[in-house]
This record gives sequence, C-alpha cells and structure tokens, in this order.
Amino acid sequence: MELLHSIFIGPFADMFSDLSFLIQVLWEGFVQGTLYALIALGFVLIFKASGVFNFAQGIMVVFAVLALVGLYEAGVPAWLALILTIGIMGLLAIGIERVVLRPLVNQHDAILLMATIGLARFLSGAGQFIFGGENKAMITEELGLPTGSSEAEIFGGVVFFEHLDIAAVIIAGLLVAALAVFFSKTRIGRALRAVADDHQAALSVGISLNQIWAIVWFAAGIVALVTGIMWGARSDVSFALEIIALKALAVLIIGGFTSIPGAIIAGIIVGLVEKLFEIYWGSLLGGGVEAWFAYIVALIFLLFRPQGLFGEKIIERV
Amino acid sequence: MSAEQEILLDVKDISLSFGGVKAITDVSFNVRKGEVRAIIGPNGAGKTSMLNCINGFYHPQVGTISYKGEVRKAMRPYVAASQGIARTFQNVALFRGMTTLDNIMSGRTLRMKRGFFWQMFRHGPALAEEIEHRKRVEEIIDFLEIQAIRKTPVGRLPYGLQKRVELARALAMEPELLLLDEPMAGMNQEEKEDMSRFILDVNSEFGTTVTLIEHDMGVVMDLSDRVVVLDYGKKIADGTPEEVQNEQTVIDAYLGVPH
Amino acid sequence: MFYREAGQFKTDYKSDSAVFPILQDRVGIAFMIFLALVVVPLYGWSSSSGEFFLNGIMIPFMIFALVTIGLNILMGYAGQLSLGTGAFTGVGAYACYKLITHFPELNLIVAVLMSGFFAAAVGIIFGLPSLRIKGLYLAVTTLAAQFFLEWLFIRWEWLYNYDPSGALIVPDITAFGIIIAGPSANAVVKYLVVTLIVIFMTWIASNVIRGRIGRSWMMIRDMDIAAELMGVRPLAAKLSAFAMSSFYCGVGGAMMVFFWLGAAEVESFDINHSFLFLFMVIIGGMGSLIGSFMGAAFIWVLPIIIKFLPATIGIEIYPSTVEHINLMIIGGLIVFFLAVEPNGLARLWQLAKEKLRVWPFPYA
Repeated sequence: MELLHSIFIGPFADMFSDLSFLIQVLWEGFVQGTLYALIALGFVLIFKASGVFNFAQGIMVVFAVLALVGLYEAGVPAWLALILTIGIMGLLAIGIERVVLRPLVNQHDAILLMATIGLARFLSGAGQFIFGGENKAMITEELGLPTGSSEAEIFGGVVFFEHLDIAAVIIAGLLVAALAVFFSKTRIGRALRAVADDHQAALSVGISLNQIWAIVWFAAGIVALVTGIMWGARSDVSFALEIIALKALAVLIIGGFTSIPGAIIAGIIVGLVEKLFEIYWGSLLGGGVEAWFAYIVALIFLLFRPQGLFGEKIIERV
Repeated sequence: MSAEQEILLDVKDISLSFGGVKAITDVSFNVRKGEVRAIIGPNGAGKTSMLNCINGFYHPQVGTISYKGEVRKAMRPYVAASQGIARTFQNVALFRGMTTLDNIMSGRTLRMKRGFFWQMFRHGPALAEEIEHRKRVEEIIDFLEIQAIRKTPVGRLPYGLQKRVELARALAMEPELLLLDEPMAGMNQEEKEDMSRFILDVNSEFGTTVTLIEHDMGVVMDLSDRVVVLDYGKKIADGTPEEVQNEQTVIDAYLGVPH
Repeated sequence: MFYREAGQFKTDYKSDSAVFPILQDRVGIAFMIFLALVVVPLYGWSSSSGEFFLNGIMIPFMIFALVTIGLNILMGYAGQLSLGTGAFTGVGAYACYKLITHFPELNLIVAVLMSGFFAAAVGIIFGLPSLRIKGLYLAVTTLAAQFFLEWLFIRWEWLYNYDPSGALIVPDITAFGIIIAGPSANAVVKYLVVTLIVIFMTWIASNVIRGRIGRSWMMIRDMDIAAELMGVRPLAAKLSAFAMSSFYCGVGGAMMVFFWLGAAEVESFDINHSFLFLFMVIIGGMGSLIGSFMGAAFIWVLPIIIKFLPATIGIEIYPSTVEHINLMIIGGLIVFFLAVEPNGLARLWQLAKEKLRVWPFPYA
C-alpha cells in the first residue's frame, strides 16, 4: 500500500505542492529535450537522404566542438575558429561520402549501421589524437553567447532561467526553421527529398547521389556543431556525450525515423518525461534512472506503435 | 478428373482489403484433391493475395476458407505449413546464405522432432534423424536433377535453377497442397518445359494437389485441370481451360474493352 | 598440392555431413587443439614471459572468442542485431559471483556453466520484442538492456554483496584439489580450464548450428517470411537464439571475472565492450565459428602489438596516443572490411583454401 502510494500518489502530490519547482523541472527538461531533438535531427537528415542510421552523429557532435575549442586554444580567434570548424565539417562530410558511403552503396542497412559504428570509433580516436582526450571548457563568452540568469516569480516561488538555455532554445528553433526553408524552397532541397523517396528514380532524373549525400552529411555536421556548442556550454566538452547521444535512437523510435517534426517533438517529450521521472520517481529506484529511462519509453512505443508518432505504417509484403 | 472427387480446399466468399484498397472481393472457388488448379488474371488481379490468404499470411476480413472440410480460423502461416500446405514465391525466396542442400533440408524442419538436448551432441537420435531426412532430400534432389549443385550456395545459382531449388524445398515438406506462384516467370522455353514436366510428375507420382499462378497461357492450358480467372479482385470465370478460354469476360479482361 | 580432396570419397551421409569432411582440415584442427592444449601451456609453464602470455593474451583471447561465438549465434546465424552483449556478459559474471559467494562448496566450473542460464533468462526477456521488430529497432531494445543492466549492476548492491568498492572480488577457489581461480591460482591451470570449456562449448555450438535448430535460425535470418511459411515458429526460433547466445555470453562473462580479471566493476560490461564484441564478429566473419576465433584474436591481439611495437623499434610514444591510434585503426578496419569483405576473415580464409585446392594449376 505504501509502495503504491509512493508510486501513484506521492510524486503527484509533490508536483502540485511546489508548482514553481515543477516549472523549473519542466524548463530544464525542455532545454535538455531541445538538445536531444537537435541530435535526433542530425540522425533524421542522414537517414532520410541515405537510409543510413548514423551511429557516429554523437561523436560528430564531440568532434565538432573539439575542433572548435582546439583551434581556439591554438590561438585562432573565436569567430575564425567557428568558420574553420564549419569548413572541417564540410571536409569530413566529403571524406565520409567518399570513403564510407560510396563503397557501401546498396548494402544491407545493418551493414551500414555497423560501418557508422566503425566510423564513430575512428572519429573518436582521431579527435583525441588531434585535439587531446581531456575534458575542455566551452568558449561560451568568446562566441558571444549570453551567460547569467534571470529569475521569475511564478506560483509564489522563484524559477531560474539561464540565459544560455534561452539562447539555446532560440538558436535551435532558428536552425530548424533555416533547414526547413532550405529543404522546401531550394533546388538542392527538392533533390534531397527526391533522393529520400527513391534513390534510383532520383538518379534517373539526373540528381547526383554523391553530391546530395555530401551536402546532407555537411548539414548534419553543422547541426552537430550547434548541438555541441550548446551542450558544451551547459556542461563540458567531453567524450561522455558520445554515449548520451545514443538516446537520440530512443527519440527516433518515438518520433519516427524519417520525420523531422517527429524528431523535434519526440526529443522534447523525452527530455521532459525523463527529467520528471528522475526527479519525482527516481529516488524510489535509487537515482540515476536517466541513463535508461528514455530507452524503456522507446521500448513501450515499439511494442504498441512501432512506426513512431509520425512514421508511416509498415505493411509487409510477400 | 471426375467431379465427385473430394474437395481439399474450399474458399467461400472471401474479401480482403488493405485500408481502403480492395485486393479481393467476394471470391469463391475450390480445389479438388489431386488436381492441378490454375489461378490466372491480369497484373494486380489479386492472385498472390489469394495465395497469401490460403497459407495464412493474410487474413480475409470476410468469408471462410475450409481446408480438408474444416473451416479455418485466423492463424499464423506456420500452422498452415504444419497442415501440409507448401508454396513457392513469385520472387525467389530462397535462404540465400545457405547451400542448396541446406535449403532443401529446411523443408524437413517440421518433420524433425529431436529436441535441443540431442541436437547439442549430434549423436545418437539426432544424427540418425538428420541422416534419415537427408535420404529423403536426396531423393528429391535426384527427382529434380540438381545433384551437381548440392553443395553450392544458392546465391550463386542461375535464376532457373534457383526456381527449381525452391520447388525442391517445397517438395521436401511433402505437402498435400502445393501452391506455386509463377513458377515459370522469367524462364526460357526449355526451362519452362522442364518445369512443366516436374509439376506434372509431382502431381501424378506423389498425388500432390497443385494450385498455380501463371501468366504463360500455353503452360496454363496444358497443365491445369481447372482454371479460375480473377480480375480486379473479382472472379470472372471458373472452369476447364477450354471453357475459360472461350468466355467473353476473360477475353475482355485480357484484351481490354471500352467501359 | 598438399590440400586436395581428390580421392576422398564419401560413402554415407554421416561422413558427408561431418564438420570437416576433408582429411587435411581434420589434421589441421587436431593440430590447433594440440597447440592450444599442449604447446601453449608448456610455453606458459616454462618461459619467463609465460605468465604474461597466458594471463595477458591467451586467456582473454579464449574468453572473448567464446563471447564472440555467442554474439555470432544471435547476429551471424539468427540475424538479430544486438548492442547489449556487454551487459549479457555482466549478467553471467554477477550471477556466478552470487552463486559462488552463497554456495561456497559449489564447484566453480558448475557455477560458471550455471550462470549461463541466468544470462539466457535475461536474454530471453530482452529478446521478446524481436518478435515484432527488426534491425535498427531491435538495436534500441538491446541498448535499453545494456543501459538498464549497467544501472542495475551499480544500484542493486546485493549483487556485489554490498562491497563498498562496488567490485566483484574473486577469492582463491579450489576445485578438484587445486586452486583454479583467485589471486594465487596458477596461470596454466586457469588457462587450461578456460580452454577446455571454450573447446567444449564451440563443439556444442557447431552441432546445434548444423542441425534443425541452427537451420531454423538461418531461415529466419535469410528470409523470415518464407521461414514462417515453411513451418518455423518465429517465436521459438528467435528466442532460442537469444537464449543460447546469452548463455554463451554469460559463461564468457563469468570466466572473464573468475579466470582473467580477478576483480571487476561494471566498466568491464559497458557498452564499449558490446562494441568490442560486435567488431570481433564483423572482422572475424558473421556466421562463422572459426571466424569468431579469428576476430577475437585480431581485435584483441592487434592493440597489444601496436602497444609494444613502437618500443621495440625504439620510438617513444605516450600510452594514451597508442590508445587513440588503436581506435582509429580498428575503426578504419571495420569500414574497410564491411566495404571489401563483409564476411570478414573467415571468408578470406575460405577463399585462400579454395585457391589452395587448385594450386599451382588453377586452370587445370
């Protein structure tokens, strides 16, 4: 009875007894969710265009910020380092298309997945080899990102909003809007959607798959860089992010593998639910449930709605 | 073939739809024990969907299918397999990572009974069982004249042989009802003749009832005892090859008429 | 020249379906077993670096090979992708630890084999979703298993007997009158125990794979719809693959702690180990038992060579740099193998044998 109470009643009573704390928790979850959504967005871009589930997206995030911070530490001004890093991500995209994707065209998707796991290994080694493996502090101020926080009085309590978090949410929103415009209004965007629909048909009307893939990986690289800057500013630039980024897999299951709005909404849902569960129920299990809760939510989704929130229903044929 | 013969499979008024798309509408026909029954019709007529219903991969929303006089409920395909229904596929569905021999041995899966314990040691009963089934499989290999490719991975075989291995695999199940989905698609004349001979031999030597889908009218007319014609998911004709051939609706369906 | 099957006629189906139908292969495998059971222990016994050779190279290699076989059963034979291997080895390790500490009079080898059943049970639970989902989706299920179990290994203190360090610490354990595990156990003894278990379980795996059950796994892998239409129950086939695979992983995990590490924390069963075993399967060759050994040797031994090579040719290099170069080389090799030879070293070995059969007159 006591157990049931502590599962089904206690946490809700806690929530409503201190509403401003609840708001704080929700806000933190929301910001966290935005970052998940950004990582998932990188996955979706690549999955749509090339059918590759890019396990290396997490390490690309780390790699991008490592390059940024590494260049800055080597004496390059922050703005130039940012531009150079974008250039590096571009070169990386071209390199990946050449070395990994092209030889593996038409392979089974599990093979492609494993290739990206190999790629993740390689980038992890290369990133540490070039920029060093120790944790680094993000160059938040040098990039002109706001610091400090505001407080607001809500429901009689004080809720803190870090300026950085607000900036992160705004920048994420702008990035998504920019990508949406790019993919719906430009020639390359149309070509990309064609490729996403049907590789061979796209080839037959003269779209270069290789070019599209390089562009998409580049776009994913930029998304990774933005994600990394936000993430690094909130905590540290470290390789731990590689594992955390795997949560995007859970996000994608919930949102559907090919849906950009799905990735964003699911990312936010995962961020919120995970935070709520950790704060209000986590203590029942001894804490640290954030590490796996997202996957369990994804599992439940898999059993009841395998195509995700926005995916298309899968019909099997003989 | 006399009309009093026992009816093996009876399809009654079945309808199948996917979302809003109607694949089959109110189709009834039956298959008599020991006959060769053809299902023909233009592309998209619902022929393959019909086979999928018969072996339990799809479940029709309306209507009943009775097999050996018993009305079947919705069930998984492996139940149909255990009742003695085997099939081949339109696009060769062999196990590409396995050899010809293993592919055909896989047809014996349901007849092999030894549990995990004996399998672990592969001695005694498990080995004896394996060898007993191997003998049966070798008979089928002889029958279909594919001795030379016994140990070849099926992925390396030419298309015509793959089709033959697939037939062998279905035969290894020793089915009572054999469903063949376009067994001769993509074959040249010689291969078609070989395949026709095998089908007739299976039917006459083993007494296996055959239901086949085929586009080559010459083959259909020569092989089958009775033909059912589908068009847009509806049955438009049913009867002996001669009857069907002269039916006006069939000619219309194949040649097209202004509606 | 010397590798010919000409003249070796099979007169019954039994000899035709043997694992090594060709005489030269039988001689080869006998030689390998002789090496593993006689030459290696003798070297380990007599040489000054023998202790390191056994503890640092051969014992982990054998254990990794067993876990790789386990993952290969699931991935290579049944076609189900798993990223949770590390956690399944952990289940075996913790189960064995609990068994040994609760029933000290239990024979360690029995306990090691029993712990496989615990891993198998956990494997079945996390394998259940495989009935509805495939491929990438299943990878998420196994990731859930990985992270959930890792968390459990830390939070459920009962598992490591409330030891404040959170580690599994192996005491000296005696069986058959000799110390076979623990700090004062002899490396040769540990090696022989591990190797005998691995050889025995490899033999079992090869039997199961060639029989009805192994065939039903491969049917599911190659064409699941056709398999079902031929009477394979997907439920039974997939779950039996999960169970057997996890059993092997669990036994491997228990041996890792008791015969190799001596003391282990949750880091020994983390996701990086899952990737490690995945790489062993890919490089060795999916769906090949010999490949499992090759992959384990390659991925385990190559870093050791890279570690010692610069020192032997006189270049000073930081250990961390070696680590990074290692990651790059292994990562690069994975991509290379997937692109050039997706069936791994085992396939290369097979091609070499086919070439050898007709050598030196390939067109004769």
